[in-house]
Amino acid sequence: MAEMMATGETPDVLFWVGCAGSFDDRAKKITKAIAKILTHCNVKYAVLGTEESCTGDPARRAGNEFTFQMQAQMNIQVLNGYEVKRIVTGCPHCFNTLKNEYPELGGTYEVLHHTQLIQDLINTGKLSLKEGGTFKGKKITFHDPCYLGRANEVYEAPRELIEKLDGELVEMKRCKTNGLCCGAGGAQMFKEAEKGNKEINIERTEDVLESAANIVATGCPFCNTMMTDGIKNFNKEEDIQVLDVAELIAQAADL
Amino acid sequence: MLSHLIFVILSLVSIGLFSWKMRSIIKQIKLGRPTNRTDRVGERIKTMLLVAFGQKKMFNRPIPAILHFIFYVAFIITQIELIEVFIDGFSGSHRFFYHAGLGAFYTFVISSIEVLSVLTFIATLIFFARRNLIKLPRFASSDLNGWARNDANLILLFELLLITFIFMMNSADEADNLLRSNVGYGFAISQYLGPLFFGRTNNLDLLHIISSIGWWGHLIMVFVFLNYLPYSKHLHILFAFPNTYFSNLNAKGKFNNMESVEAEVKLMLDPSADPYAAAPATEAPQRFGAKDVQDLSWKQLLDAYSCTECGRCTSVCPANQTGKLLSPRKIMMDTRDRLSEIGTNNFDLNDGKSLLGDYITPEELWACTSCNACVQECPVNIDPLSIIVDLRRFLVMEESKVPTELTGMLTNIENNGAPWQFSPADRMKWTEEN
Repeated sequence: MAEMMATGETPDVLFWVGCAGSFDDRAKKITKAIAKILTHCNVKYAVLGTEESCTGDPARRAGNEFTFQMQAQMNIQVLNGYEVKRIVTGCPHCFNTLKNEYPELGGTYEVLHHTQLIQDLINTGKLSLKEGGTFKGKKITFHDPCYLGRANEVYEAPRELIEKLDGELVEMKRCKTNGLCCGAGGAQMFKEAEKGNKEINIERTEDVLESAANIVATGCPFCNTMMTDGIKNFNKEEDIQVLDVAELIAQAADL
Repeated sequence: MLSHLIFVILSLVSIGLFSWKMRSIIKQIKLGRPTNRTDRVGERIKTMLLVAFGQKKMFNRPIPAILHFIFYVAFIITQIELIEVFIDGFSGSHRFFYHAGLGAFYTFVISSIEVLSVLTFIATLIFFARRNLIKLPRFASSDLNGWARNDANLILLFELLLITFIFMMNSADEADNLLRSNVGYGFAISQYLGPLFFGRTNNLDLLHIISSIGWWGHLIMVFVFLNYLPYSKHLHILFAFPNTYFSNLNAKGKFNNMESVEAEVKLMLDPSADPYAAAPATEAPQRFGAKDVQDLSWKQLLDAYSCTECGRCTSVCPANQTGKLLSPRKIMMDTRDRLSEIGTNNFDLNDGKSLLGDYITPEELWACTSCNACVQECPVNIDPLSIIVDLRRFLVMEESKVPTELTGMLTNIENNGAPWQFSPADRMKWTEEN
């Protein structure tokens, strides 16, 4: 972003990578897939790089409003300093915070989840998928991230993308508004679960197994971790892949 | 004349007692902090029409939805008969509307009430069975142990009694008419019930007495029901409407902003701010987050009184389904129990008890994933998540009671701008990897 600014350019969209997308080895692959798609479609995008910082989502959900406000107000200064208008995120938690919680603190932007931007790229003909049978005969199910689905009522964009693949979209018994959480939200990602008789991601993985899907598509790096762990728990990692919608699209477009 | 007097006294006492109790409940709700829920009137009315009048969200589960809808329609239409009961009570007439020349239309209305009453009777028996024989998990749950379970059954019992009294009156009147003039009212159900039960008597006085018992029984059940409402989960039949009107219309993912913290952090980040410029507070500063009911907003307290304890929220809660202590329904029931305790104790807020600690434990709060499933599911738009978050805020910001791993996460965010211990300098490393 700083480099673009220095040369007097303004990007069409700022790619907000997110902490998981920057640091988590698995999530970095999703970041790369999104970046490949953006580059392939000649989208003029920028990233904040070292100037990006946590949106404050986990702090606010954990009840620490001070840390949230610090993060939010500092990020807004950076974003407004660069006159950012449009943001795409690789994570529903960043998406929700930037979209819904920053405006009343003085940060108003058009915020898109990456599935929404990719859908737009396909619909406007900027991205086309290869006919190659990449996913032929594969059953793909979509696990709704809570902060994309119920929290922001985005249910269709990721599904429309999956339907464009040559696989088959199958739904789990609990989907869309009834989707079951992966267990990571509300800062749970960063702590052990409270005492119970089961882990939430195991409960959710049972839904996946019941759907007989070969691929679990997600739209959130945390869901991805939780579902990957769940599948491993059942020793099914040979049969069932956990992939972000962006990775599926990048594969189908042969990027 | 005597019955007149009894009627008037009963009515006044019952309506008076009900109003007195409702005033206390409204005063309790007003203990809550302010929150603006009066904007976007059109959208609010639409939400209320769909969710409360149309019971849209109930229909996610069709069987209870249909049974409940029968109750709802029957309840509303029976109010017409109740109006007549009151007119008859005050004026000493009998079946005022019938004699006012409404003839066939009157028969039609009473017949509709009768048909719905029979359906309601059947629905009540099914509801009894669902709670006590089939023991659906959300009704068998330990959340409802004690009074809550009896409360639900008592309401159903009232319902059966009420319907029985209506049919007693109508059937006796039918038999009475048949005996005197061979022509009955022709009410859909009691034209058969009348001859069936009372066909063999030709004692008009007896039929009058039975009809009177039905009339008074009905009336007394209405008064009992009215005064029972404010003590019961059944208050939702009134509060569902304001509660849906005042719904949260924002995206469910948006948590409310704490302006006091926003201002403080703004001051901290602004290099030109004068740290002494803040005017000395004239009143005690508000708590961060909520420890007790008066720290919650009035809408959260209205939520608590609107809860019908149906348990849909808990049945979809990921934490509850995996055996954790958290139950969103219990959060709502605890909030109401604590609030009504304060109301009963003459609004003494310093009784040494609080919602957090005496009712709700930190273990319940920390099990929440903030997934919004409970909020999505509630048929009257209650928001248990917001209460969980406000209680967490108190734990974290006032008492520093944070689970250890979360302390690490928060420190990381403060030190290096990420929940994990990575250097911000490494944020671009993904571009170099394959």
